[in-house]
Amino acid sequence: MIVSLAEMAPGQTGIVVSLEGGHGMMRRIAAMGIRRGAAVTKTSSQPFRGPVSVQVGNTEVALGFGLARRVMVEVPG
Amino acid sequence: MKRILLMGNPNVGKSVVFSRLTGVDVIVSNYPGTTVELTKGRMKLGDEVAQLIDVPGTYTLGPTTPAEQVATEMMVEGDVIINVVDATNLERNLNLTLQLLNAGKPVIVALNMWDSAQHKGIQIDLVKLEKRLGVPVVPTIAPSGEGISQLVARLDEATTGSIPFDEEQRWSVLGGIVEEVQTVTRRHHTFLERLADLSLKPETGVPLAIVAGLVAFALIRVIGEGLISLVFNPLFDKLWLPVISGLSAILQPGTFWHELLIGHLVDGQIHWVESMGLLTTGLYVPLAMVLPYIFAFYLVLGLIEDIGYLPRLGVLVDTIMHRLGMHGLSVIPMLLGLGCNIPGVLATRILETRRQRFRAAILMSICVPCMAQLAVIVALLGPYGVRGLAPLFVTLAVLWVVLSLGFKYLLPGETPEMFTEIPPYRTPYLPAVAQKLWMRVRQFIREAVPFVLLGVGLVNILYVLNVIQVLGRWLEPVLTSVLGLPPEAVGALLIGFLRKDVAVGMLAPLGLGVKQLIVACVVLTVYFPCAATFAVLLREFGLRRMAKAALLMTVVALGVGGLLNLIL
Ligand SMILES: Nc1nc2c(ncn2[C@@H]2O[C@H](COP(=O)(O)OP(=O)(O)OP(=O)(O)O)[C@@H](O)[C@H]2O)c(=O)[nH]1
Ligand SMILES: [Mg+2]
Repeated sequence: MIVSLAEMAPGQTGIVVSLEGGHGMMRRIAAMGIRRGAAVTKTSSQPFRGPVSVQVGNTEVALGFGLARRVMVEVPG
Repeated sequence: MKRILLMGNPNVGKSVVFSRLTGVDVIVSNYPGTTVELTKGRMKLGDEVAQLIDVPGTYTLGPTTPAEQVATEMMVEGDVIINVVDATNLERNLNLTLQLLNAGKPVIVALNMWDSAQHKGIQIDLVKLEKRLGVPVVPTIAPSGEGISQLVARLDEATTGSIPFDEEQRWSVLGGIVEEVQTVTRRHHTFLERLADLSLKPETGVPLAIVAGLVAFALIRVIGEGLISLVFNPLFDKLWLPVISGLSAILQPGTFWHELLIGHLVDGQIHWVESMGLLTTGLYVPLAMVLPYIFAFYLVLGLIEDIGYLPRLGVLVDTIMHRLGMHGLSVIPMLLGLGCNIPGVLATRILETRRQRFRAAILMSICVPCMAQLAVIVALLGPYGVRGLAPLFVTLAVLWVVLSLGFKYLLPGETPEMFTEIPPYRTPYLPAVAQKLWMRVRQFIREAVPFVLLGVGLVNILYVLNVIQVLGRWLEPVLTSVLGLPPEAVGALLIGFLRKDVAVGMLAPLGLGVKQLIVACVVLTVYFPCAATFAVLLREFGLRRMAKAALLMTVVALGVGGLLNLIL
């Protein structure tokens, strides 16, 4: 099943399948390790469309809700 | 002179390496974006002296963010690049390394955080990594200095090794290198990792933040008060008072030198706060009232910074902050501003856009009193307890919210979304905490104490020249009718341009009631930042914007002061 980082549940792990956004921003996201093929685990999400945080490799990254919605992830189930 | 650049991702230890190599103390904290200015120092290389530059951290080279632009421009001017790499995040760090190599400058890699890598079960084959990159790789643990001498010894081996690849293949090339040189042994989560998780999840993170805030506040209060009553007051009363009393008898009260050095006697006694002499109030305010709080505040802040809590706090408050038109990470400059507004203004560079930086800096300089000012406010209003302090803090907090909403609607513009690396929690390395604390305390003594003395001297001169009395008469209508303050308060307002701590102290002899004290303290906080802060604001944002900001400050100060005068 493909969902965005924003929709993923905390604790869930998935594989990034696509980044849907402007080139500059997506390049920055990719530079942090969030790019196609990378395994990401969601570690938290703040209520009211607040930022979410994900673990990629040894890096933990916090992204705003709007950004998180543009990172699509394949999750089991 | 040879120019050596320290480059790398944010928060990988560049500044620690810089300190080690140059002996120059710089601020090191566990969050990305600590270093916001190019810092230059000198290091010995054999018989030569070379210039070392600590470049703000970046993830990539290119034009996307201001930090990247600075780094890209800087790179052209360097002769050698020391690329500091976080061994626990090899792939992300080597991405920048690859770009540096392709830029054609000689590079040497400092593979830092070697200790953390081992704790995390990460093994890196150094020989293979050197071979793949074609440049020297030296493992380092910057805080303890391990590997630094090898780094210096091998500096002249730095070469322009390059790895040809297409942009398309960038990540697969990187993945290949990492796979070849790194082996990871799985291990259990540590206590710090679990705590890190809990402090981001809102259910646990919000209560933790509140507890952390209360504990920090209590610690600062206890340490500050403890130092004052157990150390500094006894020092002044038992050791300094006899000296000063002797001097007073020699100089004779009423003479010029007595007035300047010792000040006037209050009921025949020397009064540390009210006498207004250079050797009495001029030393007592900065050393016995403010310094203990500066020490306490920076001790607690330093621990919080080095543990790595600040970016997490930024994420927790981001939702609310965005509603107010601000970025969550603006809490970092706000908190730093509580120590001294100047580093607070500089720390706004952690924010991406100029508009964001300007808003945060102005809000901070209006609503966030610095620790020097707070210490004296607490001394004055503290005796009234909650009745004295609560209205002050509530007013400043409400003003902060109202002004940020005002900015949001009057100066619309996009607030960039949160996008930041969250560093792991680290156990603070105590020698480093002590060094940072000492650096900040030393800076206070060096830079603030002379200004306090200048302020106290100026008060005397202005009184002698009748300036304060005349100004007081001129401004009396505004002061009494709008703010409910006596005309003598004009002296404090005048000195407040220079030093807030002295200014608040000048309220002490005026015999003000609690309401007047609150109004005066709020007005002193809001109407203008101190001259030193304003100079930095001018440099950062230019005359035009700051002229508008200054107007806003005056209007807000009169408005809020007048309102408080009516409702309290
Ligand atoms: N365990 C460990 N911690 C380190 C090491 N080097 C640096 N640190 C810590 O990592 C954090 C970041 O260090 P800084 O020197 O401020 O990093 P920086 O690269 O200058 O960061 P920015 O200025 O934000 O780009 C601090 O908390 C350091 O104490 C190391 O080798 N081992
Ligand atoms: Mg730094």
